Amino acid sequence: MDFLRPDTLAEALTLKAQRPDAVPIAGGTDVMVELNFDHRRPAALLDLTRIAELRSWDADDGTVRIGAGVPYTRIIEELGERLPGLAMASRTVGSPQIRNRGTVGGNLGAASPAGDTHPVLLAAGATVEAASTRGTRLIPATDFYLGVKRHALEPDELITAVRVPATRAPQQFSKVGTRNAMVIAVCSFAVALHPAQNRVGAAVGSAAPTPRRASAAEEFLSAELTSTNQWESPKPLLDSVKRRFGELVAEAASPIDDVRGSAAYRKHALSVLARRTLGWAWQDYSGKVA
Amino acid sequence: MSLTPAELTSAVSGGIGSSPQRPDGNLKVRGEFAYASDLWHEDMIWGATLRSPHPYARIVSIDLTEALQVPGVYAVLTHQDVPGQNRYGLEHKDQPVLAEDVVRYQGEPVALVGADHPETAQRAMKRIKVEYEVLTPVVDMETAVDDTPLHPGGNLVRHVPVRRGDQHAEAEVVVTGRYEVGMQDQAFLGPESGLAVPDEEGGVDLYIATQWLHVDQGQVAAALGRPLEQVRLTLSGVGGAFGGREDLSMQVHACLLALHTGKPTKMVYNREESFYGHVHRHPAVLYYEHGADHTGKLVYVKARIYLDGGAYASSTGAVVANAATLGIGPYDVDNVTVDCWGVYTNNPPCGAMRGFGAVQAGFAYESQMDKLAEALGMDPVDVRIVNAMSEGSVMPTGQVVDSAAPVAQLLKLVKDKPMPPLSTVVDLRDMPGGVSNTTHGEGVVRGVGYAVGIKNICFSEGYDDYSTARVRLQVINGEPAALAHTAAAEVGQGLVTIMQQIVRTELGVERVTILPMDTSIGNGGSTSASRQTYVTGGAVKAACAAVREKLAKLAGGRDPSAVDLVELLGDEVIDETVEWRHRATEPIDPETGQGNAHVQYGFAAHRAVVDVDVELGLVKVVELDCAQDVGKALNPQAVLGQIQGGSAQGLGLAVMEEIQTAGGKVRNPSFTDYLIPTVLDMPPMSIDVLELADPNAPYGVRGVGEPPTISSTPAIVAAIRAATGLALTRVPVRPEHITGT
Ligand SMILES: Cc1cc2nc3c(=O)[nH]c(=O)nc-3n(C[C@H](O)[C@H](O)[C@H](O)COP(=O)(O)OP(=O)(O)OC[C@H]3O[C@@H](n4cnc5c(N)ncnc54)[C@H](O)[C@@H]3O)c2cc1C
Repeated sequence: MDFLRPDTLAEALTLKAQRPDAVPIAGGTDVMVELNFDHRRPAALLDLTRIAELRSWDADDGTVRIGAGVPYTRIIEELGERLPGLAMASRTVGSPQIRNRGTVGGNLGAASPAGDTHPVLLAAGATVEAASTRGTRLIPATDFYLGVKRHALEPDELITAVRVPATRAPQQFSKVGTRNAMVIAVCSFAVALHPAQNRVGAAVGSAAPTPRRASAAEEFLSAELTSTNQWESPKPLLDSVKRRFGELVAEAASPIDDVRGSAAYRKHALSVLARRTLGWAWQDYSGKVA
Repeated sequence: MSLTPAELTSAVSGGIGSSPQRPDGNLKVRGEFAYASDLWHEDMIWGATLRSPHPYARIVSIDLTEALQVPGVYAVLTHQDVPGQNRYGLEHKDQPVLAEDVVRYQGEPVALVGADHPETAQRAMKRIKVEYEVLTPVVDMETAVDDTPLHPGGNLVRHVPVRRGDQHAEAEVVVTGRYEVGMQDQAFLGPESGLAVPDEEGGVDLYIATQWLHVDQGQVAAALGRPLEQVRLTLSGVGGAFGGREDLSMQVHACLLALHTGKPTKMVYNREESFYGHVHRHPAVLYYEHGADHTGKLVYVKARIYLDGGAYASSTGAVVANAATLGIGPYDVDNVTVDCWGVYTNNPPCGAMRGFGAVQAGFAYESQMDKLAEALGMDPVDVRIVNAMSEGSVMPTGQVVDSAAPVAQLLKLVKDKPMPPLSTVVDLRDMPGGVSNTTHGEGVVRGVGYAVGIKNICFSEGYDDYSTARVRLQVINGEPAALAHTAAAEVGQGLVTIMQQIVRTELGVERVTILPMDTSIGNGGSTSASRQTYVTGGAVKAACAAVREKLAKLAGGRDPSAVDLVELLGDEVIDETVEWRHRATEPIDPETGQGNAHVQYGFAAHRAVVDVDVELGLVKVVELDCAQDVGKALNPQAVLGQIQGGSAQGLGLAVMEEIQTAGGKVRNPSFTDYLIPTVLDMPPMSIDVLELADPNAPYGVRGVGEPPTISSTPAIVAAIRAATGLALTRVPVRPEHITGT
């Protein structure tokens, strides 16, 4: 196995173009597990940890651009204000050690249906920045996940960053696991309020072959809030609205029975998570507007 | 005249009753302790094990040709290369070192590869061609006895009936229940590993992480067809055991490869292989019927208990006896009918794990006591106290409990503890679901539950249970120095510290060295059944007494304690080895289960306070307080550590730990999906330790390690029932059981 260690992004992209079979490695918290368990034997590893460009974030024009190699610990510490949903999801990833190494770029690269950042990226309307020697393109998160652990990158592309709209509007992330920390999601849910667009974003994780948006739930709630003029003058949400929202979120999922939980439980839990997180987000929003 | 311990205790620090630092503590915390997986030898090769992918299949053929052609491969071995007896086992020799014509569980070893690198070994293993004819596995423990026989004698490993009193007694209030216990794993952190070094004369030295050097030695020697002297074992760094290292794993395999190739051979399992490489806790199905009068006094208990032993017997027989003889719990009951069956199936082999049969029964009988309390409208603690056994009680086996049995007192202790306050501010770490942010208080209901349990300490049923200790005393550099040697396995529980403490106390010397544990000295017995402090501690104490007798001789007529030890010893080296036995037990009657089967009984009680998110089915154990009688706390900190660890393992069984199988196949052989409690799952504990000395035991000690594992699980489940109003008859309780989805 070759171990390729580029110092710059340009070098990395050239290497990736020459060796499309090279497996990128950032924090290694997915890659090393696969190697150790002999699930994967790549001909080459492409180490991204020396590339400074990937390890920084910046904000302009209402968008935060997070380098693919920024670890969760820094997202929690440095971006909690601007990206509350992503920070919440980051907080639930693994253990302190994993959060010190693991990155959003790696979460996207792995594209596991159970990855914790995906529902937030979908609900928040994030965009994945992919680069190759051919140039850079922006892939909306909605188009990024193609199947179980499959994503929209071309073999010569690397994820350079993820762009997330900065917001002061409430976002929530919630995940069910059968242990109180350090657990893979049985199912997860994210909600993001977009008052500027009179819109709500909602997405489920670990409840379908890919993370996915709960579009019917988004549309129902956006219409409900807009038609009752609640973006301007929020009122406590009717139980019936929260319930309907929960039902539609559950309907967006197509889960399976597995060792972590039953399909029926996942649907049930998603409806509960959706109701609760919406309640928290809305209460928060009402407080801010008032 | 002999030196009495009390006179000498004051002379040194770090004797019994204190908590001196463990010699391995700092190293382990810093990650510098050398475990068996760190063993290394110049010129060593690596062994790997090809395992059956099928729970039950006939081996049609094995083709090694391609594997042998892989460069770097030194040997590829099958059962035909086992020079001795290709059968081993703790109670029955029913398990092949390498499979012959049949495999009986998924993961059963079929062939071995020895190669210059672990990677080479893996590659070669993939080139071994095994043709299987897949057979329909037997997987239901309740019907296994009537199913396809998996072994020549059929599928019943052991049936233990216990009959006492009126078999047709009737009662005013009757409660019945069917309970299930899932397959728990020991989940020790240091995987199976060892290094076998061949000598020039056809013998081998095996450095190994195990619980019992001598029982390994005997089994390895028989499989290798070598005399015992040619198979020498030394204990390596053991990263936890909990019963999972009582059976052989790679011991014979590594030695076979070493002897075959003439090269030191290392084997180490990875986490997944470890799940296939050791026995687990027996899953159980338990049917109970309790009859009581209107005051709550038990009139009779009837139980039928099925334990799934999996493909090979391991220690199933002894586990069955425990579940049967301890099957009604620490209660006085005149009329008892218990039957326990341990059976063969094609599920993973099950054997020893902390609590050993008493855990499964404990979940069922304590669930029944709560059910009885409810039927009577009584407080769950009161109904237990009404029936609590005490010193002088008679067990269902007819055995009289002849030392402290403070069951009622332990229950009162946990009941009288102040209740934790309901939290007023939302801190996610205190919530069910933890930092995953599933609730800010919505759906959360608090519940409280109690349980008490009983465990036999040391080996039972007439087993000749002993330990051997050697103690040497001499003057080194002008200072008296002692050395102690046993073959008793230190698996992380702190035996080395206890041995030092005992020698300091008995001989009054500060400097005590513990020799590495190996088979150059006699049997130390198993590090299991909560027995090492009792038995090996007893042996070390007895060896010290023998040393003191020699000292007394040296002293002539003088009082040796009044003479300076350095002066008294001079150039003399006193070196004494003793075999020490606890009082004998008896076999039980095979028809009635009557007999003085057990050496000593240990008791612990728990109160669990839980917050349950009833909508999501998630649980936060808020408090898990414990009271336990330990006879005498030789090392108070180690005692607390055992109680915390045992309770945590019980918590794991209550709410998360299970090896899930389907058709005999393991579905979650990894720490990704076999979950064990984290610091956010296990609450800090308040622990009451009673020291009611057992006059039969050295220093009055009572085994500590297992009792807390028994009562922890049912207390937590009782608390979840209290919060949810659900019956919850199976552990681990899954979110689905609570939400009904
Ligand atoms: C103990 C443990 C606990 C965990 N808990 C969680 C959890 O709670 N929630 C969760 O979501 N995940 C969890 N994970 C999985 C893992 O930590 C996350 O998916 C993490 O985000 C991976 O990031 P990384 O930088 O370590 O990725 P790596 O392992 O380096 O890479 C992951 C994948 O992404 C690819 N990749 C990495 N960077 C790029 C890039 N710039 N461009 C293209 N492809 C790239 C790699 O080739 C690989 O396929 C856990 C892992 C472990 C070992």
